[in-house]
Amino acid sequence: MNVIELQNVSVRYREKRIRSLKEAVIRGFNIHAHDGFFYAMRDVSLEIHEGEAVGIVGPNGAGKSTLLRVAAGIIPPSAGVAISRGPVAPVLELGTGFEAELSGRENIFFNGALLGFSRAYMRSRADDIIAFSGIETFIDAPLRTYSSGMVARLAFAVATAVEAETILLDEILAVGDATFRRQCNERIERFVGSGATVVVVSHDLDSLESLCTRALWLAKGEVIADGDAFDVIARYKASVAERQQLRLERLPL
Amino acid sequence: MSSIPLIERRTVAGRPLRWADEARDIREHAGLLYELVHRDLTVRYKRSVLGFLWTMLHPLLLMLIFVVVFSTMFRARAPHYETYFLSAYVAWNFFAQTTVNAMASVAWNGPLMKRVRVPPSIFTLSIVISGLVNLLLSLIVLFTIIAATGAPIHATLWFLPVSLLIVGVFTFGVALALTAISTIFADVREMVQAGMPALMYLTPIIYPISIVPDRFRWLVRLNPLAYIVEIVRDPIYYGILPSPTTLKLAIMIAIGALTIGWMIFRHLAPRFHAHL
Repeated sequence: MNVIELQNVSVRYREKRIRSLKEAVIRGFNIHAHDGFFYAMRDVSLEIHEGEAVGIVGPNGAGKSTLLRVAAGIIPPSAGVAISRGPVAPVLELGTGFEAELSGRENIFFNGALLGFSRAYMRSRADDIIAFSGIETFIDAPLRTYSSGMVARLAFAVATAVEAETILLDEILAVGDATFRRQCNERIERFVGSGATVVVVSHDLDSLESLCTRALWLAKGEVIADGDAFDVIARYKASVAERQQLRLERLPL
Repeated sequence: MSSIPLIERRTVAGRPLRWADEARDIREHAGLLYELVHRDLTVRYKRSVLGFLWTMLHPLLLMLIFVVVFSTMFRARAPHYETYFLSAYVAWNFFAQTTVNAMASVAWNGPLMKRVRVPPSIFTLSIVISGLVNLLLSLIVLFTIIAATGAPIHATLWFLPVSLLIVGVFTFGVALALTAISTIFADVREMVQAGMPALMYLTPIIYPISIVPDRFRWLVRLNPLAYIVEIVRDPIYYGILPSPTTLKLAIMIAIGALTIGWMIFRHLAPRFHAHL
């Protein structure tokens, strides 16, 4: 079964956006007359099957995060159809929907609700989350008193404590100290092992290689390569190295 | 793994929201709705010493000002002026606060909407619900004042929940439209905010409608808010039920506002993400 399906999906934005009614009136509501489009994704079709672990690589601005957002149903496609089946938990940025004035504990419930989980369910997970985040003593203090590392740990603990069947992770492997990063990787490995579907965007190619079975290489909103993780990542690495070489050669002496 | 029924979500380019989908989506996110209302109500007061009392102090202070300024002017036409003014003002304040807060809510929750998929109308709905809670709190203040000033308490109060429901539906409709438009055009929020006081003076809230000269009455009658405010004031202050004509008009206005508001919202919501 496909948990995520994209059919000819494009996401585009107008290069010049009218931000105010005043401007729209001045331009006589002819607001789309001379605008070009910027494509964040261009005609992408792909299927992700249940239980797959997919890594997404590509340079900045390639459309990796856009792809995750479309798959999660956050951004509607400008053309095409996006389908997801079953609960999808997007972990696109740590600290999403964290409220500075609420305590760590209250934030656990608030975040759980954002992902569609009930208070009762989150209560059953709370101890586990608090233990994993390692901030037991501060859990009832307002979040604004936390360090950014503490917020990140709590956020990751919440995001990954729930049992979603599909998890979308964006660049979060690079947060926190070495111990925390190891814990994160272990958790993701456990997800993969338990048969959950995991889609990870990361620049940490080595951990992608060990985590994923399949990789997608994106550039300028299009899929350049899609296949076995080792193959795709090796080709991506080669291309990065080549470009680096070119840049070095062009450097004035 | 899939023992729970599988939800399939399809996002098709260019398709506006559907009423049934959005309603189901909100039911599935009932927990989030609760958390949002809870956050609205608590965070707002968390760092102030007086906390929840602010909700009550606000109408009290305003009442003091308006009563001092206007009661001598209008007392002959509206005995127990405090009750006359406040019975309409609580409804007005709910409408004005809710629509302005709803417009701010998208900017506030923009970062959140970029990272989690939630039903887009849930923020507007949560603002309306927390507004209703605040309205109930200010009604407590109002009834305390009624008791303290010896104004009559009428049996027609049983009708008040019906009035509040109509006010709530009307406000939700207007808030949906304004939330959607102000997300696309950021300056609409300031325009509405600036227009609110003017709208208040066009509605018979601080003055009795009898002071309006006959030849201008039609202008007041054109203002939908006049009916919305009247159905709340009638059972509290006058001790009468709204006339069938007024009630019918108020219900039509409320349902009309919700229909138009939703139509605007459902077409604009798929474009929100580009403006957050």
